[in-house]
Amino acid sequence: MSSENILELRGLQKHFKVGGAFGRGKTLIKAVDGVDFTVGRGETVGLVGESGCGKTTVGRTVMKIYEPTAGSIIFEGEDISKLSRKDMKVRRSKMQMIFQDPYASLNPRHTVGTIIEAAYIIHKIEPAGGRVKAIQELLEMVGLNPEHINRFPHEFSGGQRQRIGIARALALKPHLIVADEPVSALDVSIQAQVVNLLDDLQKELGLSYLFVAHDLSVVQHISDRVVVMYLGKVMEIATTAELFANPRHPYTKALLSAVPIPDPIIERKRERIILTGDLPSPANPPTGCVFSTRCWKAQDRCISEAPLPIQISPNHTLACHYPEGTDTP
Amino acid sequence: MTKFLEVKNLSVSFPTEDGLVKASNDVSYSVDLGKTLAIVGESGSGKSVSNLAIMGLHNRATTQISGSAFLNLDEGPIDVITAPEETVRRLRGKVMSMIFQDPMSALHPYFSVGNQIAEAWSLYNEGSKRDGMKRAAEMLDLVGIPSAADRVKDYPHQFSGGMRQRVMIAMALVNNPKLLIADEPTTALDVTVQSQILKLIQEIQKEFNMAVILITHDLGVVAEVADNVCVMYGGKIVETSAIDEIFYRSQHPYTTALLDSIPRVDKFGSHRLKAISGQPPSLIGLPKGCSFAPRCQFVSHVAGSRCTTEDPELTEKAKDHFARCFLSTEQIHTLTGRSVTA
Ligand SMILES: Nc1ncnc2c1ncn2[C@@H]1O[C@H](COP(=O)(O)OP(=O)(O)OP(=O)(O)O)[C@@H](O)[C@H]1O
Ligand code: SF4
Ligand code: SF4
Ligand SMILES: [Mg+2]
Repeated sequence: MSSENILELRGLQKHFKVGGAFGRGKTLIKAVDGVDFTVGRGETVGLVGESGCGKTTVGRTVMKIYEPTAGSIIFEGEDISKLSRKDMKVRRSKMQMIFQDPYASLNPRHTVGTIIEAAYIIHKIEPAGGRVKAIQELLEMVGLNPEHINRFPHEFSGGQRQRIGIARALALKPHLIVADEPVSALDVSIQAQVVNLLDDLQKELGLSYLFVAHDLSVVQHISDRVVVMYLGKVMEIATTAELFANPRHPYTKALLSAVPIPDPIIERKRERIILTGDLPSPANPPTGCVFSTRCWKAQDRCISEAPLPIQISPNHTLACHYPEGTDTP
Repeated sequence: MTKFLEVKNLSVSFPTEDGLVKASNDVSYSVDLGKTLAIVGESGSGKSVSNLAIMGLHNRATTQISGSAFLNLDEGPIDVITAPEETVRRLRGKVMSMIFQDPMSALHPYFSVGNQIAEAWSLYNEGSKRDGMKRAAEMLDLVGIPSAADRVKDYPHQFSGGMRQRVMIAMALVNNPKLLIADEPTTALDVTVQSQILKLIQEIQKEFNMAVILITHDLGVVAEVADNVCVMYGGKIVETSAIDEIFYRSQHPYTTALLDSIPRVDKFGSHRLKAISGQPPSLIGLPKGCSFAPRCQFVSHVAGSRCTTEDPELTEKAKDHFARCFLSTEQIHTLTGRSVTA
């Protein structure tokens, strides 16, 4: 593997068995079904797709909150996919997660100081200058008043709580941050503050981000490259500029065309690709190409044969038999 | 000129232990048949409460409501704020309907969707149960549910999120109301399903010449569907006008700041977002002065310290364009770099 990659996923799978009491009639949900992509050092990779496509599951499996069903997770040159909980503990300080819901992810009975300190206690770390000083520096870094170290989560607004979550994630000086919908629960006028903070921290600390989100406008802004998922599989990967200007996968194209643009004149002229139907159940995905039940370009081959991801240029990979911009049979 | 719905000086407050929550403060707006009014604001800005008042969905015993909301019906105008509860109940579902972000709040889990739609229909129509079910199937078909005739027998949980939203729309529209109030109808949905639902609402609106009020926090959705816009902040309307006025010639610092702060899919670039500092106000004991003052970058451009001592009135800054700000039109356009004229 190249040393520039902080994270490399190869054939990552995470399947869940659900339902069926006493082991009978269980269904298998292939939440993540063979995902390959990389995150470069200092890079932000956006992971997008519709609800239930497996974005969160990828993030949580990378963090080893879920044990992968198959495939490898190479973090800083080492395959962590089979590491035990104990061995993971050391690595985990170098990879941290930020969650969507700043309310649910902070213990309401603990002060901000205690919440952040927990990271030091678990990992038996004594920062130079003492914990209080380190915590206050973190609060300052994320734009909170260091004097508020003894306040409780409910004394902060939603945006501030997300900053606490970020401070906690930064305590152990991680190299990779997996951020799962970090701004989607925030008010519109607060989202930009948090996005800017994430940008600043990346520059300051050289962080790498795996940014999981369904909001394509935010992803477009923050990401260097974007991975588009659908029903547990990767449809397309490209640099942000390339993907948004020149989407080649029909699903990416439809997804982008559905994002409303806050500009009425542009909206009036816009051609939307309205996909018919809903996302199929991941318990019973379509045969062949998983997008074939909603794809307007689907041919017989799409139903009989799953397209494999192919690299069409150094920065562009896609899985489709009949990509946009080429002649359809 | 009278419009179909005319809301005047409507205030809704909730007395709480911490004080009076002035959720909606002296709001006025109107919407005509065939038109869409978008009410846009952040959470807690008071977007929903005035519309719940129009629908008569507040508990009158625990809510203080003042002002008026006239429905200009063929048989004469009715003020739904002062009309007897019985009258409002009769208008609800028949003349005006509301749909919500969470369809399960409107659908009963233990009855088939056909049953529930038929029930809503039978409130205002003579006919057998069979007629009701037939009508339900027609409605499900209208909102684009495949094999509608079979699916009437299904229960809400058997539908996906987007399909459930369609079912709720079918139920809301079964008696051909003239006014549809849609409160964040697509917020919980994926963008691909959102565009299906918005398109559906627009098509039905056209077909039946309905007035639509769309409540949302998403300026992209506003740009997609609205004819007119009310921007709410701290329980008040801070700006209102026709859609292009709001997006291209806004006269309020909050609106311009909001438009400038959001990333767009069509504008690629790693520029820094222009964030708005601070946070939205609490609706209890709003400070004196303009409620946006703590976050406004132009406070120093207003003489004296007016912004923090005096609450600006909603004034007509250009034809049919109202804003609540002490800055003159010229000032705001110089400060925000937007042009004054069309
Ligand atoms: N712990 C679990 N047990 C069983 N099934 C699960 C579990 N977690 C996720 N799934 C299923 O796996 C699929 C992928 O879920 P995931 O949460 O990764 O989607 P997502 O892309 O993050 O969606 P969203 O945009 O709604 O957050 C879904 O069908 C989901 O219901
Ligand atoms: S492989 Fe076929 S069905 Fe799948 S996206 Fe390409 S054209 Fe559509
Ligand atoms: S009145 Fe003053 S504080 Fe309020 S929006 Fe105008 S300039 Fe800003
Ligand atoms: Mg998720």
